[in-house]
Amino acid sequence: MFLSRLRLPSSEIQSTLTCNGQSAMSGGCGRNPPPFPDNEDQEAELDTQVLDSDDDDDEGEDIFTGARSKPITPTSAPDEGDIFSEEGSYVRSDVHHATNGLHSDEELDLFTEATVELTLTNTTSQGRREIIGPTASACNTTRVPNSILKPSIVTKTMEELEEEESGDQFELNIAVTNPEKIGDGMNAYMSYKVSTQTTLPMFLNKTFSVRRRFSDFLGLYEKISAKHSLLGCIIPPPPQKSVVGMTKVKVGKEDSSSAEFVEKRRAALERYLQRVVAHPSLLQDPDVREFLERDELPRAVNTQALSGPGLLKMINRASDAVNKMTIKMNESDNWFESKLQEVENEEQLLRRLHAAVDSLVNHRKELCSNTVVFSKSVAMLGSVEENSALSRALSQLAEVEDKMEQLHQQQAFSDFFILAELLADYVRLLGAVRCCFEQRMKVWQRLQEAQSTLQKKREAEAKLLWANKPEKLQQAKDDINEWESKVSQYERDFERVTCTVRKEMLRFEKEKARDFKQHIVKYLESLLHTQHRLVKCWEAFLPEAKAIA
Amino acid sequence: MTEGSSAEAELSVRVSSIRITDVTQDGDVLTFAIASQKLNSSAGVCVFRTYEDFDWLQQSLFSQENLPGLHGIIFPPLPSKALPSQSNTQTKALKQLGFLALGQAWQSYSKALEFYLQQVATHPTLCKCNALDSFLINSESPGRQRGRKGIFNRLSQAVEEMRKESHKDVDNFFQNERIKNTNLAALSKVATEKLLDVVMTEQKLALACGHFSTSLHLCVNQDDAAAVAFSKVCLKLSDIIEAVKRNFEKAGSSNLSTLGLGLDLESRYQEAEKEMLFRRTCKLIELETVKKSTEKAKANKREVMEAFQKAVEKEFSLISSVAKQEIERFHSSRVNVLKNFLIGWCEQQLNTAKEFAELYSQHLEACRNMYTE
Repeated sequence: MFLSRLRLPSSEIQSTLTCNGQSAMSGGCGRNPPPFPDNEDQEAELDTQVLDSDDDDDEGEDIFTGARSKPITPTSAPDEGDIFSEEGSYVRSDVHHATNGLHSDEELDLFTEATVELTLTNTTSQGRREIIGPTASACNTTRVPNSILKPSIVTKTMEELEEEESGDQFELNIAVTNPEKIGDGMNAYMSYKVSTQTTLPMFLNKTFSVRRRFSDFLGLYEKISAKHSLLGCIIPPPPQKSVVGMTKVKVGKEDSSSAEFVEKRRAALERYLQRVVAHPSLLQDPDVREFLERDELPRAVNTQALSGPGLLKMINRASDAVNKMTIKMNESDNWFESKLQEVENEEQLLRRLHAAVDSLVNHRKELCSNTVVFSKSVAMLGSVEENSALSRALSQLAEVEDKMEQLHQQQAFSDFFILAELLADYVRLLGAVRCCFEQRMKVWQRLQEAQSTLQKKREAEAKLLWANKPEKLQQAKDDINEWESKVSQYERDFERVTCTVRKEMLRFEKEKARDFKQHIVKYLESLLHTQHRLVKCWEAFLPEAKAIA
Repeated sequence: MTEGSSAEAELSVRVSSIRITDVTQDGDVLTFAIASQKLNSSAGVCVFRTYEDFDWLQQSLFSQENLPGLHGIIFPPLPSKALPSQSNTQTKALKQLGFLALGQAWQSYSKALEFYLQQVATHPTLCKCNALDSFLINSESPGRQRGRKGIFNRLSQAVEEMRKESHKDVDNFFQNERIKNTNLAALSKVATEKLLDVVMTEQKLALACGHFSTSLHLCVNQDDAAAVAFSKVCLKLSDIIEAVKRNFEKAGSSNLSTLGLGLDLESRYQEAEKEMLFRRTCKLIELETVKKSTEKAKANKREVMEAFQKAVEKEFSLISSVAKQEIERFHSSRVNVLKNFLIGWCEQQLNTAKEFAELYSQHLEACRNMYTE
């Protein structure tokens, strides 16, 4: 059933990403491909071509023209730290809680923050990040013919899959910026600019941007979830709806909390999109591309189900369903059961961590306000002080405290955006992981039901044979055939989903470790940056203190 | 114990050597070990005193007799009594003592008492009081004698005293000084309180960091390669947060032991000056009242009244001249005191900031290396 769904239009199929040399198509740069074949056989043909050429040369050769396209490496140097040193302190000092998103003069820096590196390498000697592993392969229907032709691919072990390399690297940067309020009153909404910068040939342009509103993002989630979650993919969850937050914005409350809310949402939407495009099969989805490219999107309706509490309910139902099902015990199931338990434990842990960071952020904010008040009191003291050197020193002290307040403020933002949001994202991602496991359960259940139906049909046939009613026998035989093929279909589905879920978990866990590492480096950099500025403050003040006579 | 003998006794210990070296707590009672060095020998003296003894000393200083212009002296302020009992919660202690309630093992409080003794010992007039000497060197405590409360008026008491406080002065110098002092006293008190708030928040932050750091340890899981990698990351973050926590602790403690103590001392000293100025003002009011009565006096009482008025005038002018000297001395010394506190504060904070910049830098290096594994 989903075979037809994943069929991609011709112009797009060739521009999908290469996956470990066993891909559907490797990308080249815009040229006219041969028309996309309508049936699986031709797909297989194309695949063989691809496989052959890819086997020859992994370095991004354009399979159609044979022209060499140099793998486009991202701007980062081998020293991974540089990626983030560009981004530096995640929230710049001018992105104060009073501002609304980035300023125009920072457009240039837009994409340095937004880099999503779509390398297909798993491990390189330079330790490049891996975002896309070989996991896409199982999800892709074009895999099916592959498995016929090259059965060895499907039976590859996990280790082998991990070690495979691919040479093609393409860059896709996404940024969500410029929130703007459109309309007034309760019908108002925030519109965000979604900018894409890419070298991927499947897009019409290299740089483009569109405007989207929050419900568009939810609509995107709905679409891709409907398609891909059945395959056992982990679908990144969208940011949560917030009635309180949005109402404040709608009624035009121009205070720091609503600006903070908008910034928080903007950043969350950006991370959401980055995670979506980091997933190899989601990136190939035309809905994703449409979302990024198309000027006007039809309004997504019925996104109520995806509001915060709605999503949470969905996830909770999933875990209930899983708990109620009895799972047949075979070896691979042990893996799934223990993994699921791990996931649930981790979710609890991350929730706790998130609460701890939240408290840290609040205390820092408190420190900010205390510091400001103290600074004012010192300034007043300085103003009535008669001794001029002491008076000057006290004024300087007040300024030092002011600067420290800014530093505390920035650090609070760092704590929040780097740590707290990371943890919150992963709590929700783990929820998505549980949904993924639930999907597998559903597929298994369907298989069970089909098997029992088949059994019943066979019994019915047997009964008919006994009762000697030949006219119904044909029907019974037809039934049996139908259900036999269903059972084998569902068996294949189940195997496929099992394989996908395993791969997805692997990818997810790697991604998670990598994500956390990146964020910690980022956090440290912000700490260090703050600390250096602090040292400067004190160094500037010391001579003033010494000058008091 | 002869109190306030007129003999010009000198202090028998070296002023700069006066230290409070230890404080022990026994239930509700704090005992302080005070060490000093004898002037004429290398012998050290150590005595044990409780707060009551300090109070006795202060009272003795107030009630010295035959000291002209005693009221004009700015008496070094003695910190309030600490109440270390369990029923005294931290909020109560903070309200009562401010900064001096913080810090470990009554360190700040001891420091403040030490300052007090040093201020008394360096005061040109007060250091000659016998009570100080016996306080510092007598192995027995001065006893629980309650000296007369003396003529020492506590400003905070009556509403009528508020009225007196705003009584116009006859001397510009003093009028200005009173205004300045009022401002400084109020503002330095506020500044001290606000710094206290900052320090309390820093403590909360340290606690929150500790909590976060320990929670991260729970994420350790050795099941498979990815879990190991993730665990490593969590432990790394835990170390980093632990460092942040120590940073807050150090910064908070520096704030407390330098600027906090300094502002607290300044604020209490301004109050002490206020009390001195108030005493003088009261004398002024008394003088003006006597003058009026003398003018109205009938002839037969006039001579007596005039003599009395002269006496009061003399007292007043003595007080005023002592006060002037005290004020000048106070002005120069307080600037110096504040300067030292500010320098100490800045240097400590700078060192702490540098130390942690180095530490974070090391962590960052380690993280980046971990990353490229």
